[in-house]
Amino acid sequence: MSELESGKSGGADEPVPFMQQILDNPFILLFLGVAAPSVLYTVWGVMEVISIPVAQ
Amino acid sequence: MAITPPANRLWWNEPVERTEALWIGIALLWAVIMFVMMPYWHIYGQQNLSTEAYKISPDAYTEKVEAFVEKYKIREEGDTGIPVVKPPAGADIYMLGRLWEWYPILELEKGKQYRFHLSSVDWLHGFSIQPTNINLQVHPGYEMVLNMTPTESGEFGVVCNEFCGIGHHTMLGKIYVK
Amino acid sequence: MAATHEYRVCPDTGFKIDLQADKLIKWNAVTAIVFLLIGGFFGLMVALTRWPTVHLLPADWFYLALTAHGVDILLVWIIFFEMALLYFASSVLLQSRLPMPKVGWFAYWLMLVGALLGNVVILQGESSVMFTSYVPMKADPLFYVALLLFAVGALIVCFLFFATLVVAKSEKTYEGSLPLVTFGAMVAAIIAVYTIASGAVILIPTLLWSLGLISHIDSLMYKVIWWGMGHSSQQINVSAHVAVWYAGAAVVFGAKPISEKVCRMAFLLYILFLQLASAHHLLVEPGLSAEYKIFNTSYAFYLAVFGSMVHGLTVPGSIELAQRRRGYTKGLFEWLRKAPWGNPAFVGIFLSIIIFGFVGGISGVVLGTEQLNLIMHNTIYVPGHFHGTVAGGTTLAFMALCYWLVPVLFRREIWAPKLAQWFPWLFGLGITGIALFQMGAGTLGVSRRHWDMTFADAPLSYDYPAAAHLLMAANGVSAVIASIAGAIFCLQMVLTLLIGKKREGAVPVASDAAEGLTGHGHGAGLAVPGTFVLALVFLTSFVLYYFVNWKYLSEIWLLS
Repeated sequence: MSELESGKSGGADEPVPFMQQILDNPFILLFLGVAAPSVLYTVWGVMEVISIPVAQ
Repeated sequence: MAITPPANRLWWNEPVERTEALWIGIALLWAVIMFVMMPYWHIYGQQNLSTEAYKISPDAYTEKVEAFVEKYKIREEGDTGIPVVKPPAGADIYMLGRLWEWYPILELEKGKQYRFHLSSVDWLHGFSIQPTNINLQVHPGYEMVLNMTPTESGEFGVVCNEFCGIGHHTMLGKIYVK
Repeated sequence: MAATHEYRVCPDTGFKIDLQADKLIKWNAVTAIVFLLIGGFFGLMVALTRWPTVHLLPADWFYLALTAHGVDILLVWIIFFEMALLYFASSVLLQSRLPMPKVGWFAYWLMLVGALLGNVVILQGESSVMFTSYVPMKADPLFYVALLLFAVGALIVCFLFFATLVVAKSEKTYEGSLPLVTFGAMVAAIIAVYTIASGAVILIPTLLWSLGLISHIDSLMYKVIWWGMGHSSQQINVSAHVAVWYAGAAVVFGAKPISEKVCRMAFLLYILFLQLASAHHLLVEPGLSAEYKIFNTSYAFYLAVFGSMVHGLTVPGSIELAQRRRGYTKGLFEWLRKAPWGNPAFVGIFLSIIIFGFVGGISGVVLGTEQLNLIMHNTIYVPGHFHGTVAGGTTLAFMALCYWLVPVLFRREIWAPKLAQWFPWLFGLGITGIALFQMGAGTLGVSRRHWDMTFADAPLSYDYPAAAHLLMAANGVSAVIASIAGAIFCLQMVLTLLIGKKREGAVPVASDAAEGLTGHGHGAGLAVPGTFVLALVFLTSFVLYYFVNWKYLSEIWLLS
């Protein structure tokens, strides 16, 4: 238990760690979850299709 | 509990339990191995799909196929007189998917490389050579080009494995390898 | 505003439930189950047709039934149920009022009209274009309208979910961070937003094209964008059923996540990378670069697969920890032996984890490996894989949850509880059979979406190996078993609502047993050694099967 205890918050005023703030913010996560696949999958994929050359 | 907010307000600061840490290490290692396998196979493997492709109109592609058939046709087969074509080793092969046939029938030599061109003139088709089990997607308007070397002799079926309407199950082609 | 909301207090959980949310959850869940019954029936027809000696339906009805099966199960059943989950995970778990309940009802009716219209249009026979509706094959314009109505309804519910999160936070109905289950549901909602956006981007032009207002839709472009919807919609399911796994562990065992951080980071990997797996469907298309395929098909270095492997450890791990706290500490597996094997909610969720991991998960990674896809693309291996994920993983998890949720929400006892004990085993067996036999037949090259594997009407001939016919027959038998189980489930849910005994008093959810006794971090020992052993068994199967398939690949013709 001791390790768990040691991880517990010291007090109510201790600041929330940065990563936890990200994970606690639905709208940052919503943005990431839409932006990442839109760029990596959709936009990149559309570019690939567009750049297929025309046959001679 | 998972259905209530975390008891510890600053849960991020809790240490990771040993089993989890160990599994995270193992799983990450496995993820890296699986990722590396794909580029590895591009370098050392002999079954990689070419990325060569062109946009082409169905009519222009049909012309290429007809010219190819005319040049190398050796006989006809089946009730509908499907041409059987025997191109020389290393030749360009033009194969066409349409409702509901793979055109033409091919006769190839074992161990020889051919430059395959594949396209459709109407809907999507699935080019599935059986029983060797090679499966490619064929689109109208796109000409896919790949090098293929048959490694076994025999009679091979070309099944269409992309749904293409009511006659889909009759769309069957043939490749002979001698 | 808040004053106009009426609440009841759930005697089992102690949660304060907004009556409107309560009602929306019930209606969405019951509607889902009705469509599960319809879609399941079509599935049985498909399986009986593909059983070579039975070959039930004529070709046109087969393709019609297959289209309806795909739409009703992959979209309607699952998404309706997920809407219920979103309301549950936000309004109920956060004990918050549901903002704008009228909008929720509007969304419900939009989805219902879309679902009904879709079924009618498909049954008219002019829209047998499969779930994927690849252009240039054209469906009735109303087919696309139906899908769009359904999708817009679902999108509205996602926004209501986020609105509820905002309301709950500003009205301080909870302290600190979201519960893990709500977090998982949020991941599902996030993926849903991308999914539906992709669907709109491609289906609106396709609708206009089917009306003759646009002359041409590029088939390759369609496939790229359509799969942003088609595959991502299945990633909504993965996130949702992982959330359900955590919920099940909590209500049955009082289980607490071993580490919130690990679970939530695994979910973050889902948010960032899970949707890239849409590229699984593009691995043998013309012209796409190897870099694009490798990066996307591997969910960026397999980070989302890694996330799933983490959940696969942490869910059973949290159960093991809770059981050990109760004193089941003997050996590696006493915690598992002493689990409530008569409780369909637990058994269903346990089997869901096993089937999703061993059958659906491993096959999915193999299928989605760039070169390995060459020996599997569009074979019946593909439906084999996704019956392991969507039916064995998601559907079974949702059904299992119903055995807990329905008595709690409707205050009635499950009709014929003895029968309920059989349900998860029977369904799990049937679905595992479907998945494995289809994968086996696919390995032998049998095509998916194909009416006649004997090619009787074709001008040329080809014979699949005899084993392939046998496997397709075994698939048919498995489908019959799964259908019987599915029928038991639907019957039980309906009869529970209609004639189930009214419940008196409460059965409180399992409490967080003796949290103080946790032993984790002690010495060199592992807190959850049993789960770790199970995980290693999983990894071994994964590695072996993965490399066996590279061996198969090395035996086909040479391609470059």
